[in-house]
Amino acid sequence: MSHESILIVDGLTMRFGGVVAVNGLSFAAERRKITALIGPNGAGKTTVFNCITGFYKPTSGVIRLTHDDGRNFHLERLNDFRISKKAKVARTFQNIRLFPGMTALENLMVAQHNALMQASGFTFLGLIGVPSYRAAERRAIDRAKHWLDRIGLIDRADDAAGNLPYGDQRRLEIARAMCTEPALLCLDEPAAGLNARESAGLSELLLSIRGQGTSIILIEHDMSVVMEISDQIVVMDYGVKIAEGAPQVVRDDAKVVAAYLGADEEEAAAVMESGA
Amino acid sequence: MDYFAQQLINGIVLGSIYGLIAIGYTMVYGIVGMINFAHGDIFMIGGFIALITFLILVSIGLTTVPLILLIVLLVSMAITSLYGWTVERIAYRPLRHSFRLAPMLSAIGVSFVLMNFSQVSQGARVKPIPPIITGGYSLLESDGFVVRLSNAQIIVVLTTIVLLAIFTWLVSRTRLGRDMRACEQDQTMAALLGVDVDRTISMTFVIGAALAAVAGMMYLLYYGLVDFFMGFVAGIKAFTAAVLGGIGSLPGAMLGGLLIGLIETMWSAYFSVEYKDVAAFSILIVVLIFLPTGLLGRPEVEKV
Repeated sequence: MSHESILIVDGLTMRFGGVVAVNGLSFAAERRKITALIGPNGAGKTTVFNCITGFYKPTSGVIRLTHDDGRNFHLERLNDFRISKKAKVARTFQNIRLFPGMTALENLMVAQHNALMQASGFTFLGLIGVPSYRAAERRAIDRAKHWLDRIGLIDRADDAAGNLPYGDQRRLEIARAMCTEPALLCLDEPAAGLNARESAGLSELLLSIRGQGTSIILIEHDMSVVMEISDQIVVMDYGVKIAEGAPQVVRDDAKVVAAYLGADEEEAAAVMESGA
Repeated sequence: MDYFAQQLINGIVLGSIYGLIAIGYTMVYGIVGMINFAHGDIFMIGGFIALITFLILVSIGLTTVPLILLIVLLVSMAITSLYGWTVERIAYRPLRHSFRLAPMLSAIGVSFVLMNFSQVSQGARVKPIPPIITGGYSLLESDGFVVRLSNAQIIVVLTTIVLLAIFTWLVSRTRLGRDMRACEQDQTMAALLGVDVDRTISMTFVIGAALAAVAGMMYLLYYGLVDFFMGFVAGIKAFTAAVLGGIGSLPGAMLGGLLIGLIETMWSAYFSVEYKDVAAFSILIVVLIFLPTGLLGRPEVEKV
């Protein structure tokens, strides 16, 4: 539990009626590193995300986020827009949740709500167009363009997000999350549905995001992505942590191989090997 | 022909007023998915506040007509917005995550509260004012029939156009407009990006109420009277206009308003004044049967 951790999850339990989705889970995600949360379907990974981002109120346990400047946030006590505004946590979902009727650029502009809100003096100064607000608006557009450029969509800035190809929408979602300037980025299966080339592009994008100082937690089933970019892996099964460590360590863990990919250890090992 | 031109002018003026109210219905439907049945009464409140402000200004001796109009406009927009905000805050927001019918029932309740409040506090009789804007132009004259365009009509239409331009700019180009559209499409995601959804919804009600206040003031200027019951029929007709244009669509609301205004006027002129409301509401039924998404509405896409 050192100062190095951006997120510390301690004894997290989430019950739905009689079902225990997450049971006493503890782990720490390191600052400026990529932490992968993996496990078979139904292991409770998305539930953990929902607790981190304020959708669920955990039955018990603590989720503590520490900013670079040492400020602490108890995420289990925040909800709604405050997760993004105060704690600076951004997330994406398994399915695409862009605003389909708005342009790619507008999607990125909405994500800069907080910066613009402050500059607009809570709406009224913005409406009459004071210079400081205009400057903030220009900065927001610049940042949006910067991200569109990075994900190779600058030419499609004014197209409706819903009309973009699937792979582009995936990257646009990550860009949008990054426009909120998060300290922690939570990605729920960002590689789902991507082909091999797009997955490779995604890995590159995530590594560059890590390079600029944002910590990442991701849930992912695509082992090639997980093994390539993760600094640390947490393996869950039936709501509890069964292993934790560097990719090589986790890959060779007998418990992981058995539990994560079923009883057939040989087959499981082969799959894990292919992803390496 | 001259008779028709005159009816066209009258229809466009009436349609502008309906259109301004219809925008409030369609905006609220777009963002929270409920029909705000109290919106017609917000329009009525706007008319009364305009009347009261006008009487106060006149009694303190103000005589400059453009100045009076400007002050009345601003005051009635401001106070009516406050009504819109309050109604959302106390009657709709607590029910937002309740079952779908709950906010609608609450809206009908609010409608009666506002109506009876006005009746008790302002009296049940029709309140007339002397004409504020007089004069006008004669456009055509033939066979003794004069096509008149009054200054009041010009002001109603011009104010509507200017407000619509500002409003369109607000929705399409500003941060608040983007937030509103984002909340309309996916409230959860908007919240995760830091947008305060509750606040954005409040602002939607405030803007809708401000536009309804303008409509109320225009009604007062044009017809020279207000009464506590006027919001009921006007509100339902504006709702019809919003459905006709495609509920959720802003240009649709304006177009629907104009069409309802024109249909009502033309029907009164060529068929019978008594049945003008029947004509307007028959249109609603026909549209719902043959064109459920309205003229400019998008087909409902089921959210996954």
